[in-house]
Amino acid sequence: MTATEPSLAGRATARPARPRPAGPSRAARTRRKWYEIIGLTGPALIVFTVFVLAPMGFAVYYSLYKWSGYGWPTDFRGLDNYIGPYGAFRDPIFLDALRNNAIILVGSLVIQGPLALGIALLLNRRFRGRAVFRLLAFVPYVLAPVTVGIMWQLILLRGGTVDSMLTGIGLGSLITGWLANLHVVIWTMLFILTWQYTGFALILFLAGMANIPEELTEAAAIDGASWWQTQRHVTLPLLGSTIRIWMFLSMIGSLQVFDVIWVASTPAVRSLGATNTMATYMVDHGFNQREWGYGNAVAVILFVISFIAALLFQRFVLRRDIEGAQTRRVS
Amino acid sequence: MAATAALPNASRERRRPTKWGNPLTYVLALAVAAVSIAPVLYVILGGFRTTGQIASKPAGLPNPWVWHTYANVVSQPKFWDELFNSTLIAVFTTLAVAILGVCAAFVLARYQFRGREGVYTYFTIGLLFPAAAGILPLYLLLRDLSLANTYVGVILPQVAFQLPITIVILRPFLAAFPLELEDAAAIDGASRLGFFWRILLPLTRPALVTVAVLAFVASWNSFLLPLMVLQNESLHTLPLGVQNFSAEHSQDTASILAFTSLAMMPALLFFSFAERQIVGGLQGAVKG
Repeated sequence: MTATEPSLAGRATARPARPRPAGPSRAARTRRKWYEIIGLTGPALIVFTVFVLAPMGFAVYYSLYKWSGYGWPTDFRGLDNYIGPYGAFRDPIFLDALRNNAIILVGSLVIQGPLALGIALLLNRRFRGRAVFRLLAFVPYVLAPVTVGIMWQLILLRGGTVDSMLTGIGLGSLITGWLANLHVVIWTMLFILTWQYTGFALILFLAGMANIPEELTEAAAIDGASWWQTQRHVTLPLLGSTIRIWMFLSMIGSLQVFDVIWVASTPAVRSLGATNTMATYMVDHGFNQREWGYGNAVAVILFVISFIAALLFQRFVLRRDIEGAQTRRVS
Repeated sequence: MAATAALPNASRERRRPTKWGNPLTYVLALAVAAVSIAPVLYVILGGFRTTGQIASKPAGLPNPWVWHTYANVVSQPKFWDELFNSTLIAVFTTLAVAILGVCAAFVLARYQFRGREGVYTYFTIGLLFPAAAGILPLYLLLRDLSLANTYVGVILPQVAFQLPITIVILRPFLAAFPLELEDAAAIDGASRLGFFWRILLPLTRPALVTVAVLAFVASWNSFLLPLMVLQNESLHTLPLGVQNFSAEHSQDTASILAFTSLAMMPALLFFSFAERQIVGGLQGAVKG
């Protein structure tokens, strides 16, 4: 399917086409248009359906069974994997995972947003060397999350760099098992995630600021507004849609956090529920322990929570932004 | 064309030279930069120290500088295999995303037909839930299709994950070209596909570069999907390699640091070249 795509386009261009009025009949043109529509969107539609949407359908089906993953599932259990005595919602470790996802979601929104906004206002000023500072500030975001997880794991090692720096500045009493203390470790994870993903919010905010016409800020300056007043009354209001889109992306991202948690916290710490997220819990049970039915039930819960959150956010927060995009018609 | 376009730009730049900012700006900017790259520098420098040096003085500088840790990593065929696998998967993911994405976005932007908005909305569903949610059934599907432990088994799902954002970025870009351009091409004898291939595609290059860069970075950093699909170690990508290496050499901190910093080099270099495209592309996406 994939391979026919370029050759189809190539063959069609090789044919000398005529101006429309003198061309083939109306019916033939319509037929050809539909061939083109199907030929050009078909491959993308098939790949998207098979590898993104269909698996979610299978997940719903598998989640109703107890299944080791081999053969066809036969041991039907209804909703047991969700609410049965051993269902996900009765497992305190899963409820911990839900709580951890909530901490990460809220923590990301309230810490990364204002932080990135402040940095964006700073790096949006005109000054020499700005480009270099921007590039450096984006660095955490481009690193692979796995690399970031391992990096911080080594830095936060007991008696490692962070501990020795804290001792050095006389704060040695604060030292704790950053990656082992069950009450602390989720906040360590939040710190690592904040370090990595503030750069993403920053990229979006700076891009949004670049879209604000300079005439507006210049006009404000001519009218005597201070730099701060200009940011407060011109830049920030115009950045609204960018901030809302970032909130949306951050929310979806927080619900599926996996990589950093997986590598930066040990399986023991995870399995006690201290850092588990829905995604790590799901992979632990479904993939590693071969409880495929149960794992798929967790997948469905993750899907439903994300989908409802996304729809609510779209309905109440993003509506204005989306409407703008959807009413733009090609005339 | 390019030369004449550059001239007014250059003169405008000259009219308003970039000033030095005030000291406070630099202090704050330096603080931001330090927090962003200090851990990365620590990893890179740590690779030049021995594990003994690191243990005795965790926050120190290399003294003396040790080269053999990096040399050891670079001389391991495993590292190069993983680099090759990562590159191969990322390149083919990127190509497929760009081709499938631009074809679909072209139709959704420039054809009038019943159900067009429906098809577009269908693709945007992919943005409403995390890709990780479907990973277990996806693995089972790939296993049943005999795609487990193959490059294709990673590439195809990555293409599918990346298509929604690609189409959302490309469609408004393709829709923005005036209809007159299409009419002019038709009068000159171009079919609709000829117009797409010879006129629209070259004009779309900036947006295509953007979606390509985004797809490449996403593929390069991807972890969960390869973790499940590629159990054969000879197919492992760099992120998997970093995890394996740190598990196998858990006592040898210096080696882990060296391996990790070499693994992040390609992404850092690539990003410093492609920064403009990434930022520019997200700018387009933010616009709607």
